[in-house]
Amino acid sequence: MTAELVRGQNHPLSQARLEIRVSAGQPVVAGATLSDEHGKVHGVEWVAHPGAPTLPGLEVSRQAAAAHRLAVDLGAMPEAVHRISVLIALPTGVGGPVSFGGLAAPFLAVTGLDGSEVANYTITGLEAESAVVALELYRRQGAWKVRAVGQGYAGGLADLFADQGLPEARQLAAGINDAVAQGLARSVQAPRTTDGDRTRHAAAPTLGADQGGAAAQGAVPPPPVSPYGTPAPGVPGQPPASPYGTPAATDPSAAPQPGSTTGGPVDYSHPRRQTTAPPPPPPTAPPAQPGQPAQPVAGDATGWSMDERLYNQVWGMFEDLARTMAAYRSAVDFADSRMEKELDQALSDPRSRIGGQSDAAREAARAKHTQLVDQARTALDRDLAQLTAEADVVEPALPAAYARWDNPVWHGYRVPMEIPMALRLGDLHLPEAPQLRIPMLVRLPLERGLWIDSGRADSLDGSFTDSHELKRLAMESAVAHAARLLAVYPAGEFTVHVIDPAGSGGQALVPLVQTGVLAGPPALGAAGVVDVLARLTQRVDLVQMAVRGGAPDALPPGFDTSEQLLIVNDFPHGFDDRAVNQLRYLADEGPAVGVHLMMVADREEASAYGPLLDPLWRSLLRLSPVPDDHLADPWVGHAWTYEPSLVPQGSQVLQQVLNQVAAARTKYT
Amino acid sequence: MTKGQAISLQKNDGGSLTAVRMGLGWQAAPRRGLFGSRTREIDLDASAVLFADKQPVDVVFFRHLVSDDGSVRHTGDNLVGGVGQGGDDEAILVDLARVPVHIDQIVFTVNSFTGQTFQEVQNAFCRLVDETNGQELARYTLAGGGAYTAQIMAKVHRTGAGWTMTALGTPANGRTFQDLMPAILPHL
Repeated sequence: MTAELVRGQNHPLSQARLEIRVSAGQPVVAGATLSDEHGKVHGVEWVAHPGAPTLPGLEVSRQAAAAHRLAVDLGAMPEAVHRISVLIALPTGVGGPVSFGGLAAPFLAVTGLDGSEVANYTITGLEAESAVVALELYRRQGAWKVRAVGQGYAGGLADLFADQGLPEARQLAAGINDAVAQGLARSVQAPRTTDGDRTRHAAAPTLGADQGGAAAQGAVPPPPVSPYGTPAPGVPGQPPASPYGTPAATDPSAAPQPGSTTGGPVDYSHPRRQTTAPPPPPPTAPPAQPGQPAQPVAGDATGWSMDERLYNQVWGMFEDLARTMAAYRSAVDFADSRMEKELDQALSDPRSRIGGQSDAAREAARAKHTQLVDQARTALDRDLAQLTAEADVVEPALPAAYARWDNPVWHGYRVPMEIPMALRLGDLHLPEAPQLRIPMLVRLPLERGLWIDSGRADSLDGSFTDSHELKRLAMESAVAHAARLLAVYPAGEFTVHVIDPAGSGGQALVPLVQTGVLAGPPALGAAGVVDVLARLTQRVDLVQMAVRGGAPDALPPGFDTSEQLLIVNDFPHGFDDRAVNQLRYLADEGPAVGVHLMMVADREEASAYGPLLDPLWRSLLRLSPVPDDHLADPWVGHAWTYEPSLVPQGSQVLQQVLNQVAAARTKYT
Repeated sequence: MTKGQAISLQKNDGGSLTAVRMGLGWQAAPRRGLFGSRTREIDLDASAVLFADKQPVDVVFFRHLVSDDGSVRHTGDNLVGGVGQGGDDEAILVDLARVPVHIDQIVFTVNSFTGQTFQEVQNAFCRLVDETNGQELARYTLAGGGAYTAQIMAKVHRTGAGWTMTALGTPANGRTFQDLMPAILPHL
């Protein structure tokens, strides 16, 4: 039963883990303030907003959007918090509407994790207001309730925060608007370090430029039990004593607000993984029958989110298959070599040459061989059956970014709000188990450029693919990879440029060109090459300067902060020496500042450059347009057959997805 | 457990063991002399050699922590020994169900990498634990160690459908498992 609330009405909440969905006709900022039993907000760190989207038990979105989902875990709320006020506001300074008056009435729904609505509220009667306290979740006699509030403020967030008694109201409101307007924090990526995996769970949403010490502190996940006892690393100049227990009395001018991008911090943390609230428990397998392996369950791995669990599970399956196959292969190799030795012995032993002894010895050797190989096969089949069962449950559960194009999840595709953890580039399998496909997942943002090799004409199955056909296939898989990247990034956060000097990729590029998701039409000729490379090189220089100088907000206004992908077809056609050098520069320096390469090329065609380009090719992850066994696993080093993730023949899914991407982009900008 | 004693790794209820842990623990011996409280670092290393028909086919030690098939895993090198008593300082986990079918014996050894003899090592022990429930199946004490730098501790080998552990406790000398191979072979 959904309770449709009117202003002032309340409704009990039986679940602790909730989602609050906000939809409005225009992009709005969503946030929440926490207050104690006297209704007092203790400081800026009691406010969740796009610049500081995570508080214990609460997560809001990082950007302005027409639809939001706020995650709330009432069970993880500290005892001191008695009220959560959910607020929405129109972003200022971005040229949008200045009040809710002329807009469709904002709608909020409180739902359980399964999507079932508990209560909803339509905020009607708004006029000049540009910020509204929409809902309140509050404690009443030990239980939580929700109340429809609908209190608007014509003065925007600054008035709203001031009304809640925040001394830093104005600065906080300005900081939120800055964070939203620039959206900078997300797209300039820090170079990955070897301990990147450790820092993924960083507690600090943003790291100030002047707090190297606190940054180290933020690199380990704080114990989830008492997040309020640990100093918030985003607030420099505060005593390390619990900032939540004491009213924030620091001079606001000396203490930059957490999360605002003024003051020059670059957000090095992954936008998705900075929650300090304990993650929901993973799904557990039902107890296994004695003697039987447990039934596999999707997401049955460690991680802070379902995405991360599935990612880890896929890698676990990858390792298990690699090792299982190593066991099988070593057993068979051993059986082979032992039989050979025994046959040799039987042959060289003069006694056994007389009569049937030799035959008997050979027979025995063969029987031993068969028996061992059979045993090995039995063990392999047992393990393969288990892994296949696991793949059968995992594959349908994968989110779009990890899923094959034929997965139904793509038909329900929605432009995401957050960058996913990883991206599927294709499938991997071994010759002994061709039906068992392991998704090949790479982490996002990309750490290496991609090279779709259009130069190999000998495919695995021996079928001859002519070089023209291979080039077409290479371009097709490049388009599929690029489309997937565009689709899994939030609207406007991934930009694709294409250099197609001879125009030979025109046919394959149609889906990207027609839907209008490219930054511009594919660049043609030498002039086009020079132009695109110059722009991207300048971009890398600018961002590098800004990051090194600690002043990312010094970038020119209107600077597009999204990640960039440059697809280069037919290299080195149309490239002069200077352009080749610029390309190498982009390959070396680009990934650290969010500029990535995707080369669709035949290395032979660039052989005139000699060893000069070897480092370039080595720096790229080589993928093939047709199944090819060139990838090795990190544990045993088997040769795995890679198959690109392509859109099924005749499927419209790519078109539909790209249309949505294009539509979301026009809405967003 | 004493030298040469064999213990079947079948469970009492008839089910066979699926995972066992070979644990190794020791304490650094206090040095006598003027600075008597000072202890000297002793680095013992546990290794497991996998045999098929008396041929070594794989080894798990501090430089190769996981056998290629993934069934035998070393928890990592401990360079100084335990500060407390009783805990395992190094452990090798064996997933018996996943051991490749041609592997029929696994031999566990201990070497003193830093060269001290067992006379200088206190409380050294090796034990076999049922990894599924933490129950200690067998314990072998390296006590009274003589002037040796290595010991071939035990082996687990296939018998019928299950596995059996045999304590060996043969002293030897060597820095790593390679030096012990001649001493291991007679026990296969």
